[in-house]
Amino acid sequence: MTTRYRNDPAALRALVRDAEVHRDTYTDPEIFALEMQRLFANTWVYVGHDSQVAKPGDYFGTTIGTQPVLMVRHDDDTIHVLYNRCPHKGTRITTDICGNTGRFFRCPYHGWSFRTDGSIAVLPLPTGYQNETFATSQATQGLSPVRHVQNYRGFVFAKMAAGGPDFEEFFGESLSSIDNMVDRSPAGKLEVAGGVLRYMHNCNWKMLVDNQTDTCHPMVAHMSSAGTAIELWKRAGEQTPRPMAVEIYAPFMASYEFFEKMGIRTWENGHGHTGVHHSIHSNYTAVPGYFEQMVAAYGEPRAKAILDENRHNTIYFPNLMVKGPIQLLRLFKPLAADRTLVESWTFRLVGAPDFLLERTLVYNRLINAPTSVVGHDDLEMYERAQEGLHADANPWVSLHRLFEPGEPARAVDNGTTERQMRNQFRAWARYMAPGE
Amino acid sequence: MITQDDLISFVYREARLLDEQRFDDWIDLFAPDGRYWMPLEYGQTDRRLTASLMDDDLFLLRLRVERLKGNRTYSQKPKSRCHHVLQQPQVDVFDSGSNRYIVWTSIHYVESRQDHQDLYAAWTTHDLTEIDGALRIRLKRVDLVNCDAAFGSIQLFL
Repeated sequence: MTTRYRNDPAALRALVRDAEVHRDTYTDPEIFALEMQRLFANTWVYVGHDSQVAKPGDYFGTTIGTQPVLMVRHDDDTIHVLYNRCPHKGTRITTDICGNTGRFFRCPYHGWSFRTDGSIAVLPLPTGYQNETFATSQATQGLSPVRHVQNYRGFVFAKMAAGGPDFEEFFGESLSSIDNMVDRSPAGKLEVAGGVLRYMHNCNWKMLVDNQTDTCHPMVAHMSSAGTAIELWKRAGEQTPRPMAVEIYAPFMASYEFFEKMGIRTWENGHGHTGVHHSIHSNYTAVPGYFEQMVAAYGEPRAKAILDENRHNTIYFPNLMVKGPIQLLRLFKPLAADRTLVESWTFRLVGAPDFLLERTLVYNRLINAPTSVVGHDDLEMYERAQEGLHADANPWVSLHRLFEPGEPARAVDNGTTERQMRNQFRAWARYMAPGE
Repeated sequence: MITQDDLISFVYREARLLDEQRFDDWIDLFAPDGRYWMPLEYGQTDRRLTASLMDDDLFLLRLRVERLKGNRTYSQKPKSRCHHVLQQPQVDVFDSGSNRYIVWTSIHYVESRQDHQDLYAAWTTHDLTEIDGALRIRLKRVDLVNCDAAFGSIQLFL
């Protein structure tokens, strides 16, 4: 691996221009390594949902950037995030994705045991460790904790490094998208439900993040899938009721004008969302009984306000996307410069009809599964880009669409702007080349 | 009169139609309310509130098949090819009285495109019925051995 960038902040800053970015941001292994150290360590990264660890001792194994971690509920009901590594020989403590460990984690190699806050409970043959060198070693930490953990209405985020902004400062008003998703439950509560779809992508993680607010691709890239769905339905005579698949696919073929008017909102620190005024999720069939439950819980004006908010995709920089109206979350897990694991998680609105979860699961399967025709359309484009970027003639990726010099971070703009992509890269550059 | 051999031949022929990319003929093997189901979980029983990798009715199967032919289907330029290896199908249920036949088969499946090739191992369960003198699929269930693994694109049919 080269070290062109590590000690050269000017070179890093030069990768991000006003409205274009250098291909190295997507292809260079050194950039990827620096992203793990500077971006993923210093930002608040989504870990998991607290419903995945409902009871003390429940744990969930995942990664922050490329770091293996465990989210666990301690016996005082607080949620801890621990590095998944025994302080002795480095053995991963758990390999199941989730489970209940009781009051202790026990390393399967030599039996070192830890409380669910990570502290050491038992060392076998403890007299062997009565030496000063051990007492001052990092091993005494037990399972090293990720120090900064925040549970926001069930969504657990962590920041690995000591520096960087605090949680509220980092996310600011963008938390309103999570609020809207949670508020859609008459009980004000979500539960992870249905199972996670995991789709391996041979491309850089940022291509997926860029795509979430790219409203000029659906009518082109998804002509093959969404366009065919509409065509088949027409051929069948447009019988009513319209199949759920058509209800879900058809908006992907909406006009440029639809997406222009949909709007994009950007916030500080790289966050933003599509679907300010309406979105592809605005016209789903009403679910019997749900609105009445919402009115009973919130009163009619508030219930209407919650359900009239139909944000499309909200980016929580760096690598999370949330879809409030369909209760879905996608996490773009970086594995290498050219490899990304996409996890698509679904939620039950506690107290709402089962049909809402059923529709969410259909949406997830039709759009985000490795067997999804829409997924095939997108992945083909990412992988072609990952290869195409090796062409030396032009090393720049264009983000020029509707660029205005001096544009501020906070704005509501035409829905087809690439402003949110620019917003992400401006935040990216601040973390990658600090001290600007 | 359906025989055990008819059931076994049906499963072999279905795999051959897929290998030969005769997808329209393949869809004709399904009953009007037929489904193709690929669970996400090992031993999954619920299709409604548990996610699946595929749970296609005829509309969704036709969508896939039509899409594979499409001129703007860029993920199929160039096209994928597939290859099924089947152990001898085993007839688990033979109930001509209720017109229900269930056949279980262990398979290896290869899907390839350009320089890339993936191998999947799976068990398929064909829930078959006789309609107008021909066997039809009510439910084809495909249980991947590693159903809970992360996959790249699976574009054709196991």
